[in-house]
Amino acid sequence: MSRHPGLINKTEFPQPDNFSWTEENLRKIDKIIDKYPKKRIQSAVIPILDLAQKQNGGWLSQKAIEKVAKTLSMSIIRVMEVATFYSMFNLEPVGKNFVQICRTTPCWLRGSDKLTKIAKKFTKCELGQLSEDKLFTIVEVECLGACCNAPMVQINNDYYEDLNENILLKILEDLKNNKDVKSGSQIGRINSKPLKQC
Amino acid sequence: MPTIIINDEKIEFKEGMNVLQACELAGIEIPRFCYHDRLSIAGNCRMCLVEMENSPKPIASCAMPATDGMKIKTNSKIVKDARHGVMEFLLINHPLDCPICDQGGECDLQDQAMYYGFDKSSYKENKRAVNNKYMGPLISTIMTRCIHCTRCVRFSTEIAGVDDLGLLGRGEKAEITTYLEKAMNSELSGNVIDLCPVGALTNKPYEFQARPWELKKTETIDVFDAVGSNIRVDSIGKKVLRVLPRINEDINEEWINDKTRFAIDGLQKQRLDKCYIKENERFQETSWKKALDRIILQINKTSSKNIMTLSGKLSDVETIFSTKMLFDNIGSNNYECRIDNVRIEPKARVSYTFNTGIARIEESDLILLIGTNPRWEASILNARIRKSYLNNNTRVALIGNKKDLTYDYEYLGNSLKILEDILNEKNDFSLLMKESKKPMIILGEAALARQDGNCVLNVCRKMCEKFSIVDKNWNGFNFLNSSISKIGALDIGFYNESFSADVQKNIDKFCSNKESVVFLLGVDEIDMDIFQNSFVVYIGHHGDRGAHRADVILPAPAYTEKDSLYVNLEGRILQAHQCHAPLGDAKEEWKIMKMLGDMLGANMKFKNLHELRELICLSNELFREINVLHKNKFSTFGISGEIIESPIVDVINNFYMTDPISRSSKTMAECTSDILKLNKDALIPND
Amino acid sequence: MLKAENKIFSNLYGEKDWRLKGAMARGTWNNTKELLLKGKDFILEEVKKSGLRGRGGAGFPTGLKLSFMPKNIEHKPHYLVVNADESEPGTCKDREILRNDPHLLIEGCLLSSFAISAKACYIYIRGEYYNESSNLQQAINEAYENGLIGKNACKSGWDFDLYLHRGAGAYICGEETALLESLEGKKGQPRLKPPFPAAVGLYGCPTTVNNVETIAVIPTIIRRGSSWFADIGRPKNTGTKIFCISGHVNSPCNVEEEMGIPLKELIEKHAGGVRGGWENLLAVIPGGASVPLIPKSICDNVLMDFDSLQEVQSGLGTAAVIVMDKSTDIIEAISRLSHFYMHESCGQCTPCREGTGWLYRMMTKMIKGDLLSPEVDKLLSVTKQVEGHTICALGDAAAWPIQGLLRHFREDVEKRIIEHNKIKEVA
Ligand SMILES: Cc1cc2nc3c(=O)[nH]c(=O)nc-3n(C[C@H](O)[C@H](O)[C@H](O)COP(=O)(O)O)c2cc1C
Ligand code: SF4
Ligand code: FES
Repeated sequence: MSRHPGLINKTEFPQPDNFSWTEENLRKIDKIIDKYPKKRIQSAVIPILDLAQKQNGGWLSQKAIEKVAKTLSMSIIRVMEVATFYSMFNLEPVGKNFVQICRTTPCWLRGSDKLTKIAKKFTKCELGQLSEDKLFTIVEVECLGACCNAPMVQINNDYYEDLNENILLKILEDLKNNKDVKSGSQIGRINSKPLKQC
Repeated sequence: MPTIIINDEKIEFKEGMNVLQACELAGIEIPRFCYHDRLSIAGNCRMCLVEMENSPKPIASCAMPATDGMKIKTNSKIVKDARHGVMEFLLINHPLDCPICDQGGECDLQDQAMYYGFDKSSYKENKRAVNNKYMGPLISTIMTRCIHCTRCVRFSTEIAGVDDLGLLGRGEKAEITTYLEKAMNSELSGNVIDLCPVGALTNKPYEFQARPWELKKTETIDVFDAVGSNIRVDSIGKKVLRVLPRINEDINEEWINDKTRFAIDGLQKQRLDKCYIKENERFQETSWKKALDRIILQINKTSSKNIMTLSGKLSDVETIFSTKMLFDNIGSNNYECRIDNVRIEPKARVSYTFNTGIARIEESDLILLIGTNPRWEASILNARIRKSYLNNNTRVALIGNKKDLTYDYEYLGNSLKILEDILNEKNDFSLLMKESKKPMIILGEAALARQDGNCVLNVCRKMCEKFSIVDKNWNGFNFLNSSISKIGALDIGFYNESFSADVQKNIDKFCSNKESVVFLLGVDEIDMDIFQNSFVVYIGHHGDRGAHRADVILPAPAYTEKDSLYVNLEGRILQAHQCHAPLGDAKEEWKIMKMLGDMLGANMKFKNLHELRELICLSNELFREINVLHKNKFSTFGISGEIIESPIVDVINNFYMTDPISRSSKTMAECTSDILKLNKDALIPND
Repeated sequence: MLKAENKIFSNLYGEKDWRLKGAMARGTWNNTKELLLKGKDFILEEVKKSGLRGRGGAGFPTGLKLSFMPKNIEHKPHYLVVNADESEPGTCKDREILRNDPHLLIEGCLLSSFAISAKACYIYIRGEYYNESSNLQQAINEAYENGLIGKNACKSGWDFDLYLHRGAGAYICGEETALLESLEGKKGQPRLKPPFPAAVGLYGCPTTVNNVETIAVIPTIIRRGSSWFADIGRPKNTGTKIFCISGHVNSPCNVEEEMGIPLKELIEKHAGGVRGGWENLLAVIPGGASVPLIPKSICDNVLMDFDSLQEVQSGLGTAAVIVMDKSTDIIEAISRLSHFYMHESCGQCTPCREGTGWLYRMMTKMIKGDLLSPEVDKLLSVTKQVEGHTICALGDAAAWPIQGLLRHFREDVEKRIIEHNKIKEVA
């Protein structure tokens, strides 16, 4: 961890020396910027940071942030403000599977604490820590907006819903073994339809 | 006029005011931390809450426009409770370390906590601790004290025009910092110290030096550039400890630049406080009597035609006037202030002043900068240009070196020939000039300190006539002068017309091959080699280049040590006051001239400063009016001729070191290595 | 109970095709051109008459809000911004619209934008809804490809552009002015009001911000007529509403129901009842994290609409019903919400930045009972110091759940303190 985000260059983990956009992302950037009025391309900062984060393997390095600033002709501090404000931006490396466990009341009522416990045990990591095999980072997050399918976790882009400890454990194991896992409800429900039709 | 009812009393207010301002009209003080009338409204501290009729919640008075018939209460229980509550929140995570805080005694938080706060906190949790941030050699940070008012951030982005400060993170973890803890890359950075309502950002060189109530406070004028910023100097004994801005809406509003504020440690270093005579290439300390005798001896050895005096960057009007009187009396008119070789027209005041006036920059819709870097030559004036750029959509164009001016501009190139194109409508810019309602041209020293300076001046004059840059109510012709002494000297007539064609060359010619006597009034920025055959008398306060070359050194007070008149770049007469007595044996220059005059049998018609000033006014009525912007009649100036195709070379290449005081300042040396480098980096086009 | 034919969201569960073909089969995009040709005023009037109130939480009359937009459009462009930030704990209804019936929303965007003379609309979707945004984007592309939006939308002569913008994780960006800041590429910090978005909104232009559900019901209202909508529910609380039922029920779910349905009926008919039976109910948070809880005694009879819930000092909010049975540690349940508000406070204004953390820390101690009785009063007074003193309503939202707790469960709180202090003494 850096002492504070203003010192993003002084992190314990190595910062890559540079960052340059892939050809594909350059094309994407043009498309994104097109959504906003010409003089308002700063509007694109969140999507472009997101793109940079994806390209950089799930986190934003110093050089990536500086690149985004340059791409949008913004000052770096303004980009830093955005990168440190929104919880989806990671300023340090995360595992290949970024597991976000919802901790807010609706999920907690249905046992999210147990999910956290089992996930920590499985990865032998504290929250926020990168696992030794670099496959996992487990974090707790606030409500992800899938409360009718609580408890749930988000892993990378996908939601895994209606969980319990055993199901989560199975998912984590499958991910570790590079097996396919199915997202969505894990108990055979159709989205947020009631399980028993009344 | 619309009226507002505050605590049952009817008050008239001006359209556009907010409730807080209306309350002030009613004589009711509203506590505030984040609100500042020169910054955008943040409304985040919530200290200014008041009750508004028909509003279920109290409102932030700073952010609420006053409207006709509005009913406001500032003394109800709701308001008291709200202030109480906000105050308590501000204090729960504040370290309450007032006894060791530099802001102690002049802290908004401390003051308001006394009025609105509790005597005892019921907060039982751990206080949050925040890491301090390095922000360069000028600003000290104790970030745990920060109350997140964001005044500093708003100042840097809005006024200073550098996006360097930010509030990173969110919620209670939000922290003020610069990116990578770099210094703030602005000449105006010190103003955040004044703006910070608590002791989070403080004056680093002044750290732990004094408590506010121990200081002697003197209201005076800054001399580091020709803006003439109004300042307050705080001193103890013979030491200046800090400089603060005074409000002058016409000149500096309430800002000062970092040289003004921080170069003062230079006043303690390299000082000349004794008379010296050079013997066998070494300076010997001596008495006034011996030093003056030595000078008289030298003067008597030669004819008055061989005596010359040059004025330096910091010379005040009294110095220049008394020197001229002495010289006129002994039959020499070899005095000169134009040693920077800038080709203005000394007879046409309009050609060497900033005629629009600093404040009226805000009215302009088009500004053409020619051979100037206002950011370094007059930072405060540059802030006005930025203000105009932001509020008035003013378009700016530049001829000269590309640089970061804190606002966007159209770059026309680095050749003065472009001026001819504009005049002859061969440049697209001519159209803008034609269409502009209140155009300005700002001509810098670098554009005129050249062979073809008079021709440049001539073309600019013609532009003024052609594009109606000057009319009854508007004078958009401006010369941006960078030294506080220059205009006063010209107003007094401290120049020799026979030198005019090329001042530097003529001075050189004057000195060569004869045993002349040359007085240098704090002159350090001239090639000293030309004085090879001269007897040099240096009158000044710092052991800089001029003193090193001198044969006799006479110590004089620095700007904080005497009462003086100065004329700023607008041609405004400004009065400076003595903060403390001169160091050592130093004597005011006018006293020195009086002594020399008396010894030479010249008729020095004054006995004291009062009489001297009266004579100054008699010689030029302008000097009777202090702090007034005079209208200068537009007349012809310049000489027609060809403009040479050669790039402009800026006059200042290090903002932080421009004169003997700032060159002696350790703080300015630190800025040079720390901040100037940033600036240079920023200018290197990337990729 | 809402009749099947009165349901607006006939693909709420995503059992049918969400794409254009499926949507059209369900009646979306049917005669949209004719609806547009009826004119702006007609649409505005119909929305007004329908009695529709905003589904984003505050329940502001939608027709009135749309009519705040300036009538002349010469000076500046107008914008419609759709709030798909859905981050209020307990709420997961917009998600179903976004992924299962996106065309309903897109058509709503066109009609509403047209009504306020907006040629462009942005949908701000929370960043975590990755798959939802992917569906929505595909639907937008379909709509463009079929001439439903874009130049001469639905051949109506009206040009209309629709853009999807993803957020990046910040509850506060659901607050409409924070959302606009975020959309402009800044930190999501709420703006001061006035000026309101209808005067100075996105990029300084007149803007209306509405919730996904609000916009998505508008085409059906226009199509079936305002009186059809107004006849459902109760006066001033009209129409259908998606309820999100989570927590200790046998089958948590989203369901579209009539406004004003009794809470008990809602839970028992749709969510399989409270775990362990109605008698096992402790309390319900009836409208998302921001509203005060109500104990079982109130739940027995209360109706689910804006005015009924306000009468019992709670609110309909987003209609996110969080059910808690008797096994719940109610203090911890609320303290989790306090953590949420502390975590989500933008940090801009003093009472919220400092107050939410203080509240959370006191709540944490209270879980164990590790404080003194007078501190309960302090806790209450801190909520009052936050409430009403902040720039946006997040401060209120942080205060209300605790106030609700102390209103209905103060005895339990006190009891816990006494017990804890007894244990401490013994030790
Ligand atoms: C802290 C806070 C969070 C909010 N979050 C949301 C949200 O996620 N979605 C939403 O539609 N409205 C949210 N709102 C309400 C919006 O500010 C706004 O009232 C709403 O989008 C208006 O739409 P409506 O009139 O259709 O309800 C939130 C308000 C506050 C104060
Ligand atoms: S450092 Fe000072 S000026 Fe800046 S936000 Fe903190 S308290 Fe305000
Ligand atoms: S002075 Fe009004 S909110 Fe700070």
